[in-house]
Amino acid sequence: MIEEVGTTAEGDLVINVGPQHPSTHGVLHLVITLNGETIKKVEPHLGYIHRSIEKMCESLSYRQFIYVTSRMDYLSSHINNHGCALCVEKGMQIEVPARAKVIRVLMDELTRLASHQLWWGAMAMDVGALTPFFHAFRERESINDIMEETCGARLTMNYMVPGGVMVDIHPNFQKRVKEFIQFFRGKIDEYDELVTGNVIFKSRMKGVGYLSPESAVSYGCTGPTARGSGVSCDVRKLYPYEVYGQLQFEEVTASGGDCFARYMVRMREMRQSLSIIEQLIDIIPEGEFQAKTKAVLKLPKGEFYSRVETARGEFGVYIISEGATTPYRIKFRSPGFSNLSALDHMARGHKIGDLVAIMGTLDLVIPDIDR
Amino acid sequence: MSKEELKIRLAELFPAAVFEEGAEWTTVAIDAAGWEGFAREVRRAEGLEFDYLFCVTAVDWKTHFTMVYHLTSTLYRHVLVVKAKLDHEQPVIRTVSDIWRTAEFHEREAYDLMGVVFTGHPDLRRLFMTDEWKGWPLRKDYEDPVNMIKL
Repeated sequence: MIEEVGTTAEGDLVINVGPQHPSTHGVLHLVITLNGETIKKVEPHLGYIHRSIEKMCESLSYRQFIYVTSRMDYLSSHINNHGCALCVEKGMQIEVPARAKVIRVLMDELTRLASHQLWWGAMAMDVGALTPFFHAFRERESINDIMEETCGARLTMNYMVPGGVMVDIHPNFQKRVKEFIQFFRGKIDEYDELVTGNVIFKSRMKGVGYLSPESAVSYGCTGPTARGSGVSCDVRKLYPYEVYGQLQFEEVTASGGDCFARYMVRMREMRQSLSIIEQLIDIIPEGEFQAKTKAVLKLPKGEFYSRVETARGEFGVYIISEGATTPYRIKFRSPGFSNLSALDHMARGHKIGDLVAIMGTLDLVIPDIDR
Repeated sequence: MSKEELKIRLAELFPAAVFEEGAEWTTVAIDAAGWEGFAREVRRAEGLEFDYLFCVTAVDWKTHFTMVYHLTSTLYRHVLVVKAKLDHEQPVIRTVSDIWRTAEFHEREAYDLMGVVFTGHPDLRRLFMTDEWKGWPLRKDYEDPVNMIKL
């Protein structure tokens, strides 16, 4: 049963944060054991937004189930869809046209930017700076507008389908993306000026929530959370998919292992994403945007696993097929779930105010954890 | 280590292991009782060092359960898929949360949704469902007339 507010036998205070709390960014419930102001234990209680997506997928066809995955990590919906499409394509051995591959990567990187922007605003707000939130949302709006023009949606995109993308890009797409890159380059510098160098911000971040490389690996952390501890784990580099293998970009890592290191990884990743978009925006190949596929997809009997790098880390899709039109069992390895499991380890010994900073740099999206 | 080399090395270490052919990664089926020893060995053994457990899946095959563990090494980047068959009436397997910390949450999820019991787990409770929830939602025979919508 969920613990009530009270004191333990040792005289420690037990308090609840969430499920409705602004700093958890969703319905996450933490039961915290405190000794004075020092955290002794953090226990996440999950499931407030559990929809059993894996069970749902068992009765959805291989075209339908992708739509549900937009509702997991809603800030990386393109990338979730991408991972699922890759897995189905692997099973069906569908060759994706070159144009679709490039469009997919462009969309992935725009998504990553939008996600990191939201994270940046929300994280600064968590530690007490309200202005960045409005800055971030202003810039994120431009990406959403670009997405809306092509996909018709702003959050749950459902744009990537087995075989390619659903519709071709909007005629304005290239022009608007280029304008955005131009505009956003200056904004990142502004972000740095506004927050990164701020003394108060630095003192809230540095040395807080240390995660050693060994622990990061043991807890299964991925994405900027693990890269902030110096663990190389970028799926785009290690197991390149689509056109990532041909692109010039670097895997951003930092060695600090604290909140500031994770913060810096994401800030630098935004610049890398911009560079990836710049490399591709003028060379989108002509041709089909979707491969010809059968109306009803039937994956052969077997097991298929695909992984992609979302804004939060490694997203895995594991399909077990019995040769039917629906998956027999599907498992989503969500990055947030593993990253959250390290929270207790990172927060112990810190003050309760630091917990908010640590959670901010984990960039948790609760529907992604609860599924 | 390539797929073939990995297979040879594992066959040397674990003569009883059965390899599955045709999969993307080296896939090995082991006896559930030997899982703990197997896990400790592949985590430790030089040249293997599977330090990163990236996916834990429980599968209900109606006659039995299968636990699927996806392992990789951050040093060598090879991948190993381990499968253990469990009894359908009493699905029990040893926890590996002391070897890979991430397993603690993943195993709680498998317990919550599939009803697989992990012996030695430090905190085996429901994770997503409420504590008083009856049944194991991801099992194939699970029916819930109130919360489940049939498609």
